[in-house]
Amino acid sequence: MFSIEHLPVLVVVISMLSALTILVAGWRNKKSCCFISFATILVQFVMSIFILHHVTTVGTINYKLGGWAPPWGIEYVVDALNAYVLVILLFLALVCVTYSKRSIEHELPRQIVSFYVLFQLLITGLCGITLTGDIFNMYVFIEITSLSAYALIASRGKIALKASFTYLILGSIGACFFLLGIGFLYAITGTLNMHDLSLILPSYYESRAVQAAFVFFTVGLSIKMALFPLHTWLPDAHSFAPSEISAMLSGIIIEVSTYAFIRVCFSVYTVDFITHYVPIFDFLCWLSALGIIIGSILAIAQYNLKRMLAYSSVSQMGYIMLAVALSTSTHSPLWGGLNPALMHILNHALMKGCLFLVAGAFIYKAELWNISDLRGLAKKMPYTCFGFTLAAISMIGVPPTVGFVSKVYIIFASLDAASAGHPAYIVFVAVLLFSTLLNLVYFWRVIETMYMKGEDSHSSPAKDELPLSMLIPVLTLASLCVIVGIFWLIEMPLPIFDQINALFRLGVYAP
Amino acid sequence: MIVESISPSLAILCPAIASILIVLCGKWPNIREGWTMLASILQFLIIFSMVPIIVAGNIIKCTFFTAFPGVDFGFSIDAFGLIFAITSSFLWILVSSYSIGYMRSLREHAQTRYYFCFAWAIFGAVGVALSGNLLTMFIFYEILTVSTYPLVAHDETPEALFAGRKYLAYLLTSGVFFLAAVVLTYHLTGTTDFVNGGIPNLYAEASRAVLVVLFVIFLLGFMKAAWMPFHSWLPTAMAAPTPVSALLHAVAVVKAGVFGIVRVVCYIFGVDLMHELGLGLVLISIAIFTLIVANLFALAQDNLKKRLAYSTINQLSLVIFGVALLTYDGIEGAMMHIPFHAFMKITLFMCAGAIMVASGKRNISEMAGIGRIMPVTMIAFTIGALGMCALPPTAGYLSHHFLVHGCEEAGGTISYFPYILLIVAILDVMYFFPIIYIAFFKKHEGGSKIKEAPLFMLVPIAITAIVSVIFYFYPDMFYVSELVETAMSSLGLEGGVHP
Repeated sequence: MFSIEHLPVLVVVISMLSALTILVAGWRNKKSCCFISFATILVQFVMSIFILHHVTTVGTINYKLGGWAPPWGIEYVVDALNAYVLVILLFLALVCVTYSKRSIEHELPRQIVSFYVLFQLLITGLCGITLTGDIFNMYVFIEITSLSAYALIASRGKIALKASFTYLILGSIGACFFLLGIGFLYAITGTLNMHDLSLILPSYYESRAVQAAFVFFTVGLSIKMALFPLHTWLPDAHSFAPSEISAMLSGIIIEVSTYAFIRVCFSVYTVDFITHYVPIFDFLCWLSALGIIIGSILAIAQYNLKRMLAYSSVSQMGYIMLAVALSTSTHSPLWGGLNPALMHILNHALMKGCLFLVAGAFIYKAELWNISDLRGLAKKMPYTCFGFTLAAISMIGVPPTVGFVSKVYIIFASLDAASAGHPAYIVFVAVLLFSTLLNLVYFWRVIETMYMKGEDSHSSPAKDELPLSMLIPVLTLASLCVIVGIFWLIEMPLPIFDQINALFRLGVYAP
Repeated sequence: MIVESISPSLAILCPAIASILIVLCGKWPNIREGWTMLASILQFLIIFSMVPIIVAGNIIKCTFFTAFPGVDFGFSIDAFGLIFAITSSFLWILVSSYSIGYMRSLREHAQTRYYFCFAWAIFGAVGVALSGNLLTMFIFYEILTVSTYPLVAHDETPEALFAGRKYLAYLLTSGVFFLAAVVLTYHLTGTTDFVNGGIPNLYAEASRAVLVVLFVIFLLGFMKAAWMPFHSWLPTAMAAPTPVSALLHAVAVVKAGVFGIVRVVCYIFGVDLMHELGLGLVLISIAIFTLIVANLFALAQDNLKKRLAYSTINQLSLVIFGVALLTYDGIEGAMMHIPFHAFMKITLFMCAGAIMVASGKRNISEMAGIGRIMPVTMIAFTIGALGMCALPPTAGYLSHHFLVHGCEEAGGTISYFPYILLIVAILDVMYFFPIIYIAFFKKHEGGSKIKEAPLFMLVPIAITAIVSVIFYFYPDMFYVSELVETAMSSLGLEGGVHP
């Protein structure tokens, strides 16, 4: 009976059931919550690997929920793109849940049960967004994700409530735009299935409603992924959330919105529509370039570590969106199509995940929120600081880390686009290089404070390292920043990226 | 002929593995420093074992993977790269021994971090020397920058922190330019390999303006060469412990800069294209400006290390000057000056450190009579200073000899440029000889508690000083002149007056 085809839906279902189980089990025994959550995510992660393997070797999985044939029933469609994002998502979740055990016991001792219930719901929503092939179903999962994120962000209380409220308002506006877009499409075509939509839509491309729907999708998702200048909710939300949630928010949640955007652009609409009817990618390029610079400049102005990292995320989202927006005008097998964007989604998850977990570690140890509090911490917490340094160097883009590889690929993509009919795109090369320097300014300040400014530099204070269950996640992510960087250099072009580009007719497969 | 071999990767692995062992043995200073010594000796032997193959006219290749089509990550060792590799790996042995004496005498803190970063810096420097294309070179160049930061800021005083920040700001900014240049080169030609005589299709692929811009970006990318006006990180970085200044800021880091410039001029652009674009003139004006101004700055310094730093800036421009002549002898002189200057300048820096350890004195005006108390150190210093002034019997004379021939060969106005070299040498004399005078002929004031520096420091000083003299009589020591000849003959330039 068992076959890989059933896994996509199981990933979502067991996650949701686990949320309920945690609620019941946690009533009796608080300690069990973390283990249930960990076990569930581990199983999900293993499943996602199987899905990835199946998708790359056999092909797309189509799963009809309840046996209802699409377009009436809901369909889960798993191609290379979903599988790739799903694996990253569950990997980061696994790392964060391992980290959360001690940290939540310390930070939110009264809310352990609700934390894990919400966390599991969050994962459910994220998995749902990545797996579904039905656009309304996607909206539902976006809402599940957002609602649990609002609650998780607010869980510290006090000022976090305000941050959560801002996110709630802006997030809801974003969701409304998305829903409006769906409404327009449904009115025109009468279907909600993405594949079905992509078949019907081309004959209506002239229609204003279809074009408006696309703009609604873009704006709605831009809010969700905190694209400059719609990023205003992000710094507060990311800095006041518990650190593992900040890591998830920055590392994967905003990226999943990017995934949704890619899906809408290339699976619901087509490259033809984007290049000829609503040429929005040109505009998005410039917007992201602006975001890269301004995000970094705002990060320099911060004195709170997590807030600085949050602004850095705004800048990094600029990288990803720039790469997405360049995807239609690049044709190289290496940096053509979506390659740089997909690459940076993984890279950013690793780097920012690590950085936020370390920031959380400082708060866990001694409530150190500000950069100036970190004086001489490298002597007390050498391994943690080493992890931070690796990830920070990676953000700056020193070779051979992941940040370097993404930077080079996006630069090549801009050069490629510049020589293929958009000469002004050469500016992006300068923007990316300049942002390296800005990253250097704000990350080096932290590293210098940790390593070089001892409180009284010649006595060595006792070591006060993190517990292993928190240290291992940090060091795993940090070492992956280097390992994956070398992996990209060796292994590109990756067959899975090739498959994705072939699917959407991008890069070398462009007609 | 191309020889496949793993010895370059073994050579690179030595410092990398040593760095791990250093951290693991951080609690036992003797074992920790033993690893450093062992790795340095091993690395030198491995690199030196490649000499016969290279001198026979072969190229050693060691490719790991293809990063982009046409760009392999890997090493490709030719004669020119080997000169730099031999120099830095040999001097690492001596500086390791010197470090032991220096760091222990001054009871410095964070010694494990120091040795760890030092090993990585050597990793970067030797990587730069051995890399076969621009991308590989860039990667090691950046590793070199980052790993030397903790060494510059070692003291953790506000002054040292400022120096570190300035160092990093200058060099990583220049790294960005370097990356831009690498990317642009690749975009234009589809390769970044170093080719004898320049990448053949570079001229065909781009207009003159683009090539000139590319060259300027390359120059900005090599701020490590400390050409003026982008030199001020180097004197500031003298806040570092002296062994760091000695090996890194006289040899590895700055030489990586000029090494890069030579690579770009001879192996990316090619001498013909440089002539065609008139870029030699740009480079030579920068070099002459730096030569003179750096020496004027040096005259004004009282801090010995700062004075040596400006002298380094001056000498680096001598290498740039030689390359900018774009003639056989000019380039030959530039290539020779890289190892020669390394040996002489490291002697000077190590002497400055020895004086500091023995007497605690940093300023020249306080050094009256120190030559009588520390004769070995000061005699070595004198030899180094003679070399800087291009006086026989030191290696400095030899490279100048080639540079003068190079000027003549270039003809035209350039044949008068030896007079500029003469003025520069006179300025050198003006700021080095007073030091020697003060040290030997002025009377020492105060008690005679000062002794000669510890043996761990004296031996390296003596060796480098002696080697600087041997080079004059026997330039083929370490196969330097043979390697330079090999490099020059593969460049395929015409002419050359063989002395």
